[in-house]
Amino acid sequence: MPDPTSILVIGELVDGAPAPATLEAIAAARALGGGPVGVMLAGESVGNAAQTAIASGADAVYAIESALLADAAPDAVVAAAAAAVAAAGPRIVLGAKTLLGRDVMPRLAFRLGTALASDCTALALDGDGRLLATRPTYGGNADATVRCLGTPAVASLRPGTVDALEADATRTGEVVAVDAAIDEATVRTRSIERVEQAASGLRLEDARVIVSGGRGLGGPEPFEQLAELATLLGGAVGASRAACDAGWVPTSYQVGLTGKTVTPELYIAVGISGASQHMAGCANAKAIVAINKDAGANIFKDARFGVIGDWAKVLPAFTEQLHELLSGSTRQPG
Amino acid sequence: MTAKQVLDPETPLSAFRIEDDRVAAASNMAPVINGFDEQAVEAALRIKEAVDGTHVTVLSYGTDFALDVIKKPLAMGADDLVLLQDPAFENVIDPMLTVAALVAAIRKLGDVDLVLAGRQASDWDNAQVPAGIAEALGWPIATIAKHVEVDGTTVRVQRVLPDGHELVEAALPAVVTVSNELGAPRYPNMRGIMGARRIQPAVWSAADLGIEPTEVAPAFELVSLAAPERRVETEMITGDDDADAGRKLALRLREEHLV
Repeated sequence: MPDPTSILVIGELVDGAPAPATLEAIAAARALGGGPVGVMLAGESVGNAAQTAIASGADAVYAIESALLADAAPDAVVAAAAAAVAAAGPRIVLGAKTLLGRDVMPRLAFRLGTALASDCTALALDGDGRLLATRPTYGGNADATVRCLGTPAVASLRPGTVDALEADATRTGEVVAVDAAIDEATVRTRSIERVEQAASGLRLEDARVIVSGGRGLGGPEPFEQLAELATLLGGAVGASRAACDAGWVPTSYQVGLTGKTVTPELYIAVGISGASQHMAGCANAKAIVAINKDAGANIFKDARFGVIGDWAKVLPAFTEQLHELLSGSTRQPG
Repeated sequence: MTAKQVLDPETPLSAFRIEDDRVAAASNMAPVINGFDEQAVEAALRIKEAVDGTHVTVLSYGTDFALDVIKKPLAMGADDLVLLQDPAFENVIDPMLTVAALVAAIRKLGDVDLVLAGRQASDWDNAQVPAGIAEALGWPIATIAKHVEVDGTTVRVQRVLPDGHELVEAALPAVVTVSNELGAPRYPNMRGIMGARRIQPAVWSAADLGIEPTEVAPAFELVSLAAPERRVETEMITGDDDADAGRKLALRLREEHLV
């Protein structure tokens, strides 16, 4: 069964289905070519998720089931992933830089005797079939490409970098049950309590439009104007780390390297300078619109449309004009 | 960030230890201390205040150090500083030697109960080194902490989640990575600065650590480092005044079917 030409995707289940980032990683593995693509899926039960993974491009699913995987404790998932690697014998192990992936992938890499090429935005094979991983470094000021020397090579993909394949229900693949010998002693960092703030309205990750505010807003009050604009556009409100650290909005609003990674159609950044830490979370938006009084702000480099001006004057007029445009016609989502 | 810094990869990292309820720390800090690592220092000092007998040691890995910069954790209140310094300890993109050196240092210190580190470096590392330390030592790890509490045999950590928080618990010894939500690191006071002047850091070379750098197999080799491709042409919208520009922006977005 182990295939030294294969690629193993470390998958993740959300509500019993493969996570979008997992389907993207499968697509990235297929695009690399060169060998069959396996997917590890681990949970209390894997069930239909295996068929979904196969329809989305997997040739094999390594299914690991344990009651101890119900909460996706990183300790248990790392053990499951290591067992799947032992069963599949891949030359490349590919994960996604999701919340869980941030914990699991570096540890898996070191357990396999190598390190992780993390948060990759491009993957390729060199002439010898070794993985070339490209990722933004030094605050997004440089793209570094490294050749992965480990056997296997271990990399994680930035979510939203590639599109998942169209599901094809006629695809076939094999489901292999793997025993990862997960027991109580496996989970050494135990979750005592998990508190999720009741998501008020649309999740940032699901929003088609995001209106985000930063340090330039100067305080918490302007976020009400951002919320008004977001509501008008059927979107959600985000923020930079500076605005969250200042306590103007909750941490859950934060977009960026240490916050959420979002991929909306439209990202409207108001009073955000565009520090690389922020851009890492929104660079995959289809279009960025920047409103900032500083003509030299970094945000303009990534923006499709920019206005240099005082947000307090630009935003009300912008919102009012949009209100007129949208109330006068049936809205056509772009 | 200057061009020099872009081409001069640093891998800032800090770690701390508790010996008999004492804590120790590590930081790699040129030219400034990684912001998250200062928060790790702060977390260690809060434990030191809460638990009698806590001893905080700062570990830092590199080829050379600016002493006035690297001594900042001492001025903040850490007890001592160990520089893992060797011509081979270049701040390259590969974390394998960094992990090997820090793990050897933690073993050499002995009696370490807790390693604290910044959640990630601002340049490259993405919190790999703490994960590597935890794996090499076989210790549990809790990441992205905003609150860390030690009660002798257990560490309790409040982790930051995108939409909330999670309380986790692990037996010591353990590794914890610290996030900015912990709160601002303290400023060194005059007494701390004077005290730090009197502390001479220990310097441990690869040989002192029992490491042969050429025998530590790297995980990566750098193929290229390039400015990112600029993906978009920016269209600047101007008007008679700011409000007019705002109105024109709305019209342009409508034309492009973005709204």
